[in-house]
Amino acid sequence: MPTAIQCRDLRKTYDGKIEAVRGLNLEIQAGECFGLLGPNGAGKTTTIEILEGLLQPSSGQVTILGHTWGTHTRELREWLGISLQETRLSEKLSVRETIELFASFYRQPRSSAEVMEELQLTEKADAWVGKLSGGQRQRLAVATALVGNPKILFLDEPTTGLDPQSRRQLWEIVRTFLRGGGTVLLTTHYMDEAERLCDRLAVIDHGQVIAEGTPTDLIERLGGHHVVEFAVSGGPDTDSFNHWKALPGVDSVRHEDGIISLSVREPHTTIPALLDKVRTQNLQLLHLTTRQASLEDVFVHLTGRHLREG
Amino acid sequence: MAIAERIPVARMNPLSPPPRLNGRWSGFAHLLLARMKELVREPELIFWIFGFPLLLALGLGIAFRNKPAEVTSIAIVSNPGAQEIANMIQQSPQGSSIKVQILERTQALQAFHFGKYDLVVEPDGRGGVRYIYDPSRSETVLSRAEVDDALQSGAGRKNPVPASSFVSTEPGSRYIDFLIPGLLGMTLMNSGMWGVGFALVDMRQRKLLKRFVATPMRKSDFLLALAGSRLALMLIEIGLLLGLGMLAFHVRVLGSLWNILVLGTLGSVAFGGLGLLAACRARKIETVSGIINLAMMPMWIFSGVFFSYEHFPARILPYIKALPLTALNDALRATILQGASLSSQVGRILVLALWGGISFVLALRWFRWT
Ligand SMILES: Nc1ncnc2c1ncn2[C@@H]1O[C@H](COP(=O)(O)OP(=O)(O)OP(=O)(O)O)[C@@H](O)[C@H]1O
Ligand SMILES: [Mg+2]
Repeated sequence: MPTAIQCRDLRKTYDGKIEAVRGLNLEIQAGECFGLLGPNGAGKTTTIEILEGLLQPSSGQVTILGHTWGTHTRELREWLGISLQETRLSEKLSVRETIELFASFYRQPRSSAEVMEELQLTEKADAWVGKLSGGQRQRLAVATALVGNPKILFLDEPTTGLDPQSRRQLWEIVRTFLRGGGTVLLTTHYMDEAERLCDRLAVIDHGQVIAEGTPTDLIERLGGHHVVEFAVSGGPDTDSFNHWKALPGVDSVRHEDGIISLSVREPHTTIPALLDKVRTQNLQLLHLTTRQASLEDVFVHLTGRHLREG
Repeated sequence: MAIAERIPVARMNPLSPPPRLNGRWSGFAHLLLARMKELVREPELIFWIFGFPLLLALGLGIAFRNKPAEVTSIAIVSNPGAQEIANMIQQSPQGSSIKVQILERTQALQAFHFGKYDLVVEPDGRGGVRYIYDPSRSETVLSRAEVDDALQSGAGRKNPVPASSFVSTEPGSRYIDFLIPGLLGMTLMNSGMWGVGFALVDMRQRKLLKRFVATPMRKSDFLLALAGSRLALMLIEIGLLLGLGMLAFHVRVLGSLWNILVLGTLGSVAFGGLGLLAACRARKIETVSGIINLAMMPMWIFSGVFFSYEHFPARILPYIKALPLTALNDALRATILQGASLSSQVGRILVLALWGGISFVLALRWFRWT
């Protein structure tokens, strides 16, 4: 597979002091769906806008489809479809007019009708943009990116603020584009989105990649595949911490808001031991759940913070 | 190139029509069309661009329309002899254009201060009178002269030089004739600066400029489309204001329409350039509004929209004439009212071209798309 997007030692410092991106390396293959995952202010937008050629990096190199910005800007613009984190399209133009306007900039665009059909906007073709719902607006933003028939699609937080159904609609659109052979780079705060949509991910924090790989890879690296969460009363928390760590099959222990979570490899060996311990120590079990480890756990494991806390 | 070509292009529906190829000007045409549609769909904008100057012209034109004959209103203080003086004035040749009222002294003075009377005449009881007037109000000075003439000739004075007068209310020399070209200049300034400056900052704030430069759109096409929409509006503005002047107030347009359009275009370019300059870096609507208002303020005051700038001290007149709105107003007045040719106004045209050209060059150098 050829490389679609590559960057080396990317750095961006705003106003000479805010280091938004500090030495970022990425290599994204054609046909891949690659996700940048990170909390607010991690530097996702800065990174993606540098890759899109909209922002000048302070240092570092960017290669898109074998070309660099500056020398082949015009060709690259024809090959990229971009949806920014927040663009307010003209409210007084209709959906069709907006898509046709964007189509008119490309040498060989797709037909507007076909794009509207694909993004389920046909029904709203003549409605003004100002009258659309959040999900419809987001689909329109993606439509303006797809109408140029791009090879690479850049989506900056395409589903933030959308309801679950609209999010799934957008995922479907992205998958359709991927099936047609396109490459996608998207940013998101949502772990489940990254897990379901992306072939590979880079977790970004403070402008650096802190982990990279397939979603399963990353969860694998966490150690356990499962998380057991419980709360007990009656025991001194501090010295019990080590008890829990000593239970069979436990990789790591975290304690938060009275809930203790264990990363475990085999819940069926850990849970009976856990219940035994509760009984012998005369504790009361208030709460017990077990679930598959998610990227959220990966993030917490890597940074000690939750993704949504920023 | 080789790498890019190996990557499959996004799926093509076999049933869809063959891919369309866009020509060189397709982006420009769509941008211009979109801009015009947005304008037409914005009712408030239509009012500010077209309705406001028309209403202003109509209102001022009616308020300052020429009265049938200039009538001056005076008050006579009710001293002894007041009635005789009133009779004398009314029987004089000027009597028909002087309205006389006899009042208490304090009442008369108060009404005079409020502008109800142009002059107060106070009989001294011995056949003489005292005029009370305000030299800073020109109508009171005129009234004093007129009433004095009436009294002196009523008392038997013979004029050594026989004279008659002719009232000039010919189209071309009235206030409305002065006003219409001034309003046209002001409208072109307003819509040029706001139309370009506001639209650009609004699009920058909405990240739409950034979204556009993320496509293969030519930046020059974008700016040309903005300029094109301005010129289309200019045509409508000129048509409406001149139409109103001609139909409602019988303003006579002596210059050729072609010359007026050339000047309108030059003015639009000058103010469009200034609007572009005002908007070239501003990120917020508030910032650009402040800049535009600041830039327009001196021109509102000095450039002779509503009254002639010749009243200002001679020392500052050269600066006033260097302002783009002064140049545009003067050029429009000379063309519309006197039929002056373009070649006789090279200085004004140069002022407009310089403002437009310099601000364009600077704006393009500093312009921020993102
Ligand atoms: N134009 C700018 N000027 C100065 N600082 C900026 C600018 N844009 C972003 N930053 C700063 O750079 C850092 C990274 O911002 P960035 O927008 O890339 O984060 P992000 O990961 O996209 O966050 P979010 O999830 O909130 O969109 C932040 O600390 C932000 O405050
Ligand atoms: Mg962002």
